[in-house]
Amino acid sequence: MARRAAAGLLRRLGPLAGELQARGMSPTHYGTTNHGFSRFYLLQVAHIQRNPAYSVLNSDDVSYFKIVLGESSVVQDEDRVAVANVDWMGKYKGSSQLLLLPKSTTEVSKILSYCNSRRLAVVPQGGNTGLVGGSVPVHDEVIISLGGMNNIISFDNVNGILTCEAGCVLENLSSFVENKGFIMPLDLGAKGSCHIGGNISTNAGGLRFIRYGSLHGNVLGLEVVLADGTVLDMLTTLRKDNTGYDLKHLFIGSEGSLGVVTKAAILTPAKLPSTNVAFLSCNDYMSCQKLLLAAKRNLGEIVSAFEFMDRHCIDLAMKYLEGVQNPLPASPYSFYVLIETTGSDESYDKAKLEAFLLRSMEDGLVADGVIAQDISQASNFWRVREGISEASVKVGAVYKYDLSIPVEKLYDIVEEIRSRVGGMGEVLGYGHLGDGNLHLNIVSNKYSDKILAQIEPFVYEWTSNQRGSISAEHGLGLMKAEKIHYSKSSEAVQLMGSIKNPYCSWKRSYGAELIEPSLWLVPIQRRL
Amino acid sequence: MKILVAVKRVVDYAVKVRVRPDLTGVETANVKMSMNPFCEIAVEEALRLREAGAAAEVVAATIGPAQSADTLRTALAMGADRAVHVLHNPDPARPLLPLAVAKILRAVALRENPGLVILGKQAIDDDCNQTGQMLAGLLNWPQGTFASKVILDKEKAIVEREVDGGIETICLDLPAVITTDLRLNQPRYATLPNIMKAKSKVIKKVTPEDLNVDIRSDMEVVQVTEPPKRKAGVILSSVDDLLDKLKNEAHVL
Repeated sequence: MARRAAAGLLRRLGPLAGELQARGMSPTHYGTTNHGFSRFYLLQVAHIQRNPAYSVLNSDDVSYFKIVLGESSVVQDEDRVAVANVDWMGKYKGSSQLLLLPKSTTEVSKILSYCNSRRLAVVPQGGNTGLVGGSVPVHDEVIISLGGMNNIISFDNVNGILTCEAGCVLENLSSFVENKGFIMPLDLGAKGSCHIGGNISTNAGGLRFIRYGSLHGNVLGLEVVLADGTVLDMLTTLRKDNTGYDLKHLFIGSEGSLGVVTKAAILTPAKLPSTNVAFLSCNDYMSCQKLLLAAKRNLGEIVSAFEFMDRHCIDLAMKYLEGVQNPLPASPYSFYVLIETTGSDESYDKAKLEAFLLRSMEDGLVADGVIAQDISQASNFWRVREGISEASVKVGAVYKYDLSIPVEKLYDIVEEIRSRVGGMGEVLGYGHLGDGNLHLNIVSNKYSDKILAQIEPFVYEWTSNQRGSISAEHGLGLMKAEKIHYSKSSEAVQLMGSIKNPYCSWKRSYGAELIEPSLWLVPIQRRL
Repeated sequence: MKILVAVKRVVDYAVKVRVRPDLTGVETANVKMSMNPFCEIAVEEALRLREAGAAAEVVAATIGPAQSADTLRTALAMGADRAVHVLHNPDPARPLLPLAVAKILRAVALRENPGLVILGKQAIDDDCNQTGQMLAGLLNWPQGTFASKVILDKEKAIVEREVDGGIETICLDLPAVITTDLRLNQPRYATLPNIMKAKSKVIKKVTPEDLNVDIRSDMEVVQVTEPPKRKAGVILSSVDDLLDKLKNEAHVL
């Protein structure tokens, strides 16, 4: 798992053609080859030219925001703005001068309406825990943080439907609904910081995906503010509603390219009383796959997580995480698997899990394993898995890839990259095996073009050849915006462009020569 | 030598405890129950002593309803050799108090005849911290409470205790009673091979009557209530406001 793209909400759409020409590309061969435009690592974003079509912030703008939001919600203090300008990995950094903290949908609407008329670029921000540079400005965009919109609006006890504002922190929502006997349908390592609005805008996956599915299934309603300030009220709490297009789905996972999510209604599953966690080791990747299949067959109704990590991940976690104990210290194994079951009957579930694991051990699928006897042991197992991302950042530089690949091929790319990178870095493979989602991390002391050249574009081309996705759950952000064509056909990208265009009304009056409707690319919306 | 370890099934350490609506106790229905963390440390210490060759057998004992067998299975899966389950169905209004528990454990100890009894220093549900001391008193054995280090040396046990200002080292003649503190060790996990082995280990069931122990208590729980809720804080806008509050509301200046 990883700190998930949680924050990248909306960026206003911007002109595109100028961008492409500035880089010497013509839109026509977009979507066919890689353009080598991949070096925006580590604060190297400045070479993305600021689009002159956007205005520069002036003191009148600031005065206007102060009238609309009040003094305390308009932040110009350098230190506070500096924090919002950089992502948590320290990889992407903007130079915004202004941070706005709206407290209501009306305020968000006023901000966007004003920015639209003034042609000021904005970047919405949630918990700023994203991994692809989608939550921070590229240049001097106005940052709209939704942290001030953190009220829970209502909870339907019978149906388990939570309605809340976008700036609610996931962990707070989790403890709120748990007190009512329900759980959030998603859980991820960044839960203590990430906002639900960011989760929705990036369609965050996470640890409960295998059981409860994606946010496309769990979000029942949304309130969204469009780029021109229009408030789109789709905040219904109905399970079934077949009246016309289900527009909310466009906003789930669109990374803010179509609007700012301000409120959401979410279906929360009932909290089940019995959770069991096992931490296992396997001798080879084939055993992990067989174990997954066996778990689906034998534990199907109670499996709530099936995570895998290779030996390198465990070594790194033990080295860099404080107070973490290796659950299987006896001897090093090649692969480790964490299985969690959630059900309604403690003794039944435990007996079922134990019987399954003992059988798997006899069949040779599992080399060794431990079953948590209490919640703190279970948390320790999870801490190893969830701490990998945190540990990898401590090494210095980390190149993160979040790929969807057919399960049987999933580990091949890790081995390929390992041989390409050689001694220059450590290659980690882990992820949500049950979802066919690999997190491929390459860690090294510092960022270097030499390492990057060994990884990109190879990793994208390889994934594309397997008909995989280059972004399973992190989103495109700034990091992978240019890479969309590895996973989507040019026709699909074109259609996205035509969906996006009408949402940005000012462009129509501003001149057709600035509009490039054939692309749907997040960073380009933010490009100034 | 044999080591007897007492283990207790309690509401899991990580569960947020709720008081029952009738105020007779805390809610245990549909709540995750686990081995008391200090008892886990006691089991671990006994196993380490056995592995170091200082003991030949580790026997786990518990007192409680049928489900308490799960806790014994955990002890067996960690590596205990066998277990004794003293069956007792709890009555919320008349909980089993430390004196009754100590009397039962004394009876078990007299039957098993161990060289050492190890208990957790307290259970996290009632926080009594009395059973080990009472057991030592009833058996008339020496006691080493709050142990942070245990060394067995033939007929003696050397116990280090974390006390105010340093470490106290005491030497006990065996047989003795030791209660464990948090830093004594880090308990191991139950591995699959050991869970498998534990399934064939013996849990002997007895009742307090079998042991001729009178567990009637002369104490009654009147009421269990939640601590008062903390009032929400306020955010002040200036230092002057803070000074004003400290002077005129809190009266600390």
